[in-house]
Formats: sequence, structure tokens, C-alpha cells
Amino acid sequence: MATRKPAAKANVSAKELTAWYRDMLLIRRFEEKAGQLYGMGLIGGFCHLYIGQEAVVVGLEAAAEEGDKRITSYRDHGHMLACGMDPKGVMAELTGREGGYSKGKGGSMHMFSREKHFYGGHGIVGAQVPLGAGLAFSDKYRGDDRVTFTYFGDGAANQGQVYETFNMAALWKLPVIFVIENNQYAMGTAQARSTSTPDLHTRGEAFGIPGEIVDGMDVVAVRDAGAKAIRHCRSGKGPYILEVKTYRYRGHSMSDPAKYRTREEVQKMREERDPIDHVREMLLQGKHATEEDLKAIDKEIKAIVTEAADFSRESQEPALDELWTDIYAEVH
Amino acid sequence: MATEILMPALSPTMEEGTLAKWLVKEGDTVQSGDVIAEIETDKATMEFEAVDEGIVGRLLIAEGTEGVAVNTPIAVLVEDGERVEDATPSGPAQQPAPADKTLTSESAPAAAVQHPEPVAVKVVSDWPDGTKVKSQTVREALRDAMAEEMRANPDVFLMGEEVGEYQGAYKISQGLLDEFGSKRVIDTPITEHGFAGIGVGAAFGGLRPVVEFMTFNFAMQAIDQIINSAAKTLYMSGGQMGCPIVFRGPNGAAARVGAQHSQDYAAWYAHIPGLKVCMPYSASDAKGLLKSAIRDPNPVVFLENEILYGRSFEVPVMDDFTVPFGKARVWREGTDVTLVSFGIGMTYALDAADKLAGDGISAEVIDLRTLRPLDTATVIASVQKTNRCVTIEEGFPVGAIGNHISAVLMTEAFDYLDAPVVNLTGKDVPMPYAANLEKHALVTTAEVVQAAKQVCYR
Repeated sequence: MATRKPAAKANVSAKELTAWYRDMLLIRRFEEKAGQLYGMGLIGGFCHLYIGQEAVVVGLEAAAEEGDKRITSYRDHGHMLACGMDPKGVMAELTGREGGYSKGKGGSMHMFSREKHFYGGHGIVGAQVPLGAGLAFSDKYRGDDRVTFTYFGDGAANQGQVYETFNMAALWKLPVIFVIENNQYAMGTAQARSTSTPDLHTRGEAFGIPGEIVDGMDVVAVRDAGAKAIRHCRSGKGPYILEVKTYRYRGHSMSDPAKYRTREEVQKMREERDPIDHVREMLLQGKHATEEDLKAIDKEIKAIVTEAADFSRESQEPALDELWTDIYAEVH
Repeated sequence: MATEILMPALSPTMEEGTLAKWLVKEGDTVQSGDVIAEIETDKATMEFEAVDEGIVGRLLIAEGTEGVAVNTPIAVLVEDGERVEDATPSGPAQQPAPADKTLTSESAPAAAVQHPEPVAVKVVSDWPDGTKVKSQTVREALRDAMAEEMRANPDVFLMGEEVGEYQGAYKISQGLLDEFGSKRVIDTPITEHGFAGIGVGAAFGGLRPVVEFMTFNFAMQAIDQIINSAAKTLYMSGGQMGCPIVFRGPNGAAARVGAQHSQDYAAWYAHIPGLKVCMPYSASDAKGLLKSAIRDPNPVVFLENEILYGRSFEVPVMDDFTVPFGKARVWREGTDVTLVSFGIGMTYALDAADKLAGDGISAEVIDLRTLRPLDTATVIASVQKTNRCVTIEEGFPVGAIGNHISAVLMTEAFDYLDAPVVNLTGKDVPMPYAANLEKHALVTTAEVVQAAKQVCYR
């Protein structure tokens, strides 16, 4: 991974930096709390945490405009918080309560918000890629000047349907940004052990889709790359690939023994490349914020997460009648 | 304030574990994310990280302790400035409880069996008396249905292999490209998995896609998108994200195309909650059901049949003719035996009914038309009259639609049955190529006649 760029950036304001710090911190604290609630048995099943990858969604959301769509895999909590969904509703879905985004019927991997243009939350590796292209298809069909961020991991990048989608997205010039969140491990398989060529951003070349590598631990770099990709899509040139190099600190899911990498590797990444520490340094070194200012933000975030956790425990389990609802939409 | 650290659940099924090793000692300062212990589960040894920051006040469980129950306090963290001596455990941690104990599955039955209302089993026309009718092939009826719905709603579009310039591999979309243009009649590459997913995504985006599979045999490439993405999302989203889409194309055996091109998927799709499934026999049903399918806010699997495409039937000349889902059609009233079928199976059922009449057996013939929802009420009412039932389909015998009908009749009409229900299906073999073997693998009229006589003990 590239070495850290200098902290000072010409194209970013103190206000933006502060907002991103806040958003990234919210994701991290939320995920830590989710891990804790999982440990207490309040969250069940699969729970895939986003800790370490926060700069990816926060940077791209900073580039997005109202009406742009997003869709992702099962590691989705960060995406939902970054696009403005309510932490209370997300946490209550994790605990399987009626106050959750899917009334407790979806769980960690399956939440949606039409209001925030968040289209899930999909549990089958790679399946969200054609779905994202389909969302972009709907915008193009209607003549809406919107783009769809279609997130998937380095593991999904080897799925066949991804390439079927690349072909059609390029052929039909669909306004879709394929965001490959390369956290270097497909579950427990290191990229070098699963992938014949390491440069995933070149995977669109055969279809004429441009792509680039982005430092996913640097929120400013991600925002800038996102803005460039959006310009490409909105100008009618079709899809764009961003291979965002990132790192997940936690296991693939909660029950991951992490035998496939060393503790030192994780520790080194946390100490040297942490995306939140990076922004924190930029804020302090640029004298955009004082330690006191940042402490106040920490406190505010902690309160939001505590409130979400409390809500997720107080919200009732769904009524048993809910078992039978939402299977079919009513015919009008 | 002191914070208790509880024994974590590290997998969906973990109830207890071994506290293998402490990586901190009393008095150490820990940050959120620091690894503080190693915990052994039945599957693996896992690192356990601190969630909160603070100073380790007490270690309550010695390392090496086995069988530590999830949620047992294992350590106490104190804040900076707080005295370690103050950190006394507060007793056993509260077990997380379901929010409302009165709402457990033990205390309420999941679903009672719904007894259908009695219905009249009668030959009833789907259109008003006196309506002009014309003779039309199933092929033309399907095309007209799509054209009418595309004229009515600009969000409806057709995509699939060879639907545009080729005019349809089976000519179902003949003329549609000329009328609606390439924006709405879209030729896809031969990538079923991908274009089915794009169709589903477009439906999430608010459009009304009609996705044609050249045959449903190829839809196996796309079945994950049909089931996991299209059928389940409304439920998984708590009702927010519907998927109004139609997947259509020929299904089942054609003639001499071998095992990979000859499967009937009726039972496969009918199995899935969240899907609606149509399998029309006649041209009027093909038209009326396809129009209903395109308007339906849910994903619909629409199973056609290549051999039926060229058959002609009466179709009403009406501005807007639709057929509702979940309503079987009675083709022939009878008193001695009920023949239940759908799709091309109706050919054998109707032929057999003619032959049985010659032998003095009066057969009632029911076309299910839609398999989900399934009009069990009409079948039950008919069997209450005839006391005997034969089901006819071309799919494989294990887990067949007929098996389900038999189960419904056993539950709902047990006392009315005078003979075991017979399920006629395709044979339990991959479809052979040889003409004689293929014929033998499929249901025949002779088998229907024989089964009807069998249940009538004749």
C-alpha cells in the first residue's frame, strides 16, 4: 500500500474534514458496539463488521449527490450509516426488533431504504453487481442524470456474473461505478491465493471500462476518485471501476478465528494506516480543530451509538403476525 | 464507573467456551480494539478485543477455565482515576431476554390450516357472453399481451436473447422492435445470470421488466437472481422493496432436444414464497395471464410451452382482457373423476376425458393455470363431488405439483376420497433423445385414461 500522503490538502475544507471525521467515527463506534452486542447474544447469526474500511464509504458519499443510488454486499452497516440512515433503525435490525429497517425480518445483511436510495444489503457474493447495473439501467431508461455506486469485494471480483455485468454495462453505457473494496481477504483467502492477477482495477479493460487504484485508507483520495468517476458516468461514457485498497481489522464475520493472517499485520495497519487517525492528524496539524473539539465529537458519537444500542434493546421483537406479511405486494 | 467485560459469544451457536489465556493483567490500561484474551470455542481459538477503554481492575475468571458460559462477567474495567479496589463485580450479568416473553413461538401456533370456502365447480367463461372471439395462436396471444401492456405503460420493456432484430427465437416478440424501438426491446448477450440480475435491479429501480429466457432450461444460470434477489427482497426489506418483474419463456419438453433442453420447472418455482407462477394452456389464458403478470407488483415466473405456441384457441376481442391469478378454469364438468392439470398436460387430460366419456366415465377437467397462488378450493370442491382424482404434469415425479395436490386433498377432503389420488408425471429419468424413448418418458393420454379407470376401479 502506498505510503501516507502529506496531511495538508489544498482541495479540502476544515468543515469537510470535520464532517468526515465524524462520519467515520460513527461507523467505527457503531461497529464496535455491534460487536459487543453480538458477544452478549443480542445480535445473532452472521455479523460482518466494517471496522478499518470506513474511509471508503465516507469518501464516496462525500462525492455523491442527492438521488444517486448505492447497493452493496452483506458487509453493509457502514454504507447505511454513511448515506444517512438512522443508526437506531440499523442497530434494531441487527437485534431483530420491530424498530429495525426491515422490521427485524432482514437482519445484518438485508436492509434497505428507498428514502436514502440504499438498495441493500445482499447476501450472495457478487449478486449485487448485476442488480446495481440494473438500477443504473433504470436511471438511464428514464433519462435521470444519476449514478449507482455498486460496491463489492475482492472476493466477489472473481464471480462470473461480475463480468457478464461489465460487458452489458459497457455495451449499454450504464451510469454505474463499480467500487471494488479490496480488503485483501476473501473471507480467509488472501488475494494472492485466489486471484490470478492482483490488479483488480484492470479487470474492466477487456470491456473498455476504465479503472484506477485508490488509497482506501485516505478519505480525501477516495472522495477525489469518486468525483472523477461520477464525472465520467454523468457525461454518458458508461461505467467506471474504482479499486479501493482497504483493510478490515476484524474477522470476516464474528466467528472468524483469523488464522490466515498475523496479529502483527493487523496491528501494523492499525498503527500506521488507520483512516480515522489520518483525518484526526490532518485536523490537528492543520489547526482546523483542537483536541477539545475532537473530544466533543467523540462524546457526541458515543451518545448516538449508546442511544442506538438502547433503542435496539428496548424495541420489541416483531409480532408473530409479521411472519406472514410482506411476502407479496398487494395488487392494485 | 466500573464496566464489566462479559464472556462473548464468538459464533452463532456458541454457548460456552474456555478462557484460554489472558493477554492483560490487572492494572493494565487498554484501548478499544486491544486484544485482551484468547478464548477457545469448539471450532477455534479466537482473540477477544476490548470494546471500551479503561484500566483492568479485576480479572474474575482465571485463564484455563473451561465451560465459561456466554455473558458471564470475566473482568472489570475501571476508568482513569477510579481505584482498582472499587471494582467489585455486581453479580451475575443479566441474560439478554427476548423483548417480550409472551410472543414466543411456543405460545402461539404459527398458522392454522385455512379451510377454503366452498366453490361452485362449473364451466364459466372468462369473458362476458356475447363477446366476439377470434381464433389466435398462443404465440400471437403472448405477443399481443406484451404489446398492449407496453403501449399502456412506458416503464414496461422486454429484454432477452434474440427478442429484437431476430424477432424472437420462437417469434413471440415478432414486430415489437418495429413498434417500440431498441430502447424497449433489448437484445442481450447470452448471459442469463447477468441480464436476469440487471432486470431485477431495474425492477428495484421502479421499471417493469419482462425478461425472456430462450428456454427456462437456461434460466438455471439465473436462478439465484430469480429466487434470492427477486422473490425474497420484499420480505427481507420489511415490505419496502418490491420487485415487479416477469420472467417468461418456453418450459418443459419440446421435441427431441435431449435432457438439457427438456425440463419442466413448474414444481421448482411453485416451491418459492414470494414468486407467482403461471403455466397457461390456452391462448386466451396466455394473453390474460401475461397481462396480469406484467401489471403485478411481484415477481412472476411465466412458464410457456414450445409445442403449444402454434396451437389456436378462441381469444375474446376486448380492449383489455385479463385473467386473474389463483383461479382455476374448469374445462369440462363431470361426475366420476377429477383430472387436474396445467400447461401442456391439459392436452392429455382433455383427450383422455373424451375417450373416458366413450367408456361411460364422466371426467371433470380442471386447468390450474397458476401454480402460485394455487386454486385448491376448486380442486377440493370437485373432488367432493367426484371422490376421485388424477393429476397430470410433465415434470419429474419427486416433489411434483401433483404430490402437493394429493397432500392438500388428504388434509382437506380425506373423507371424500374413494381411491388414492394418482399423480401422473414425466418419468424419473433425464429426457432421452431417441424418439421412442422420449415418448415413453412423457405423460400420454393412454396413461391418463388408465389412471382414471384405476381410481374408478374399472
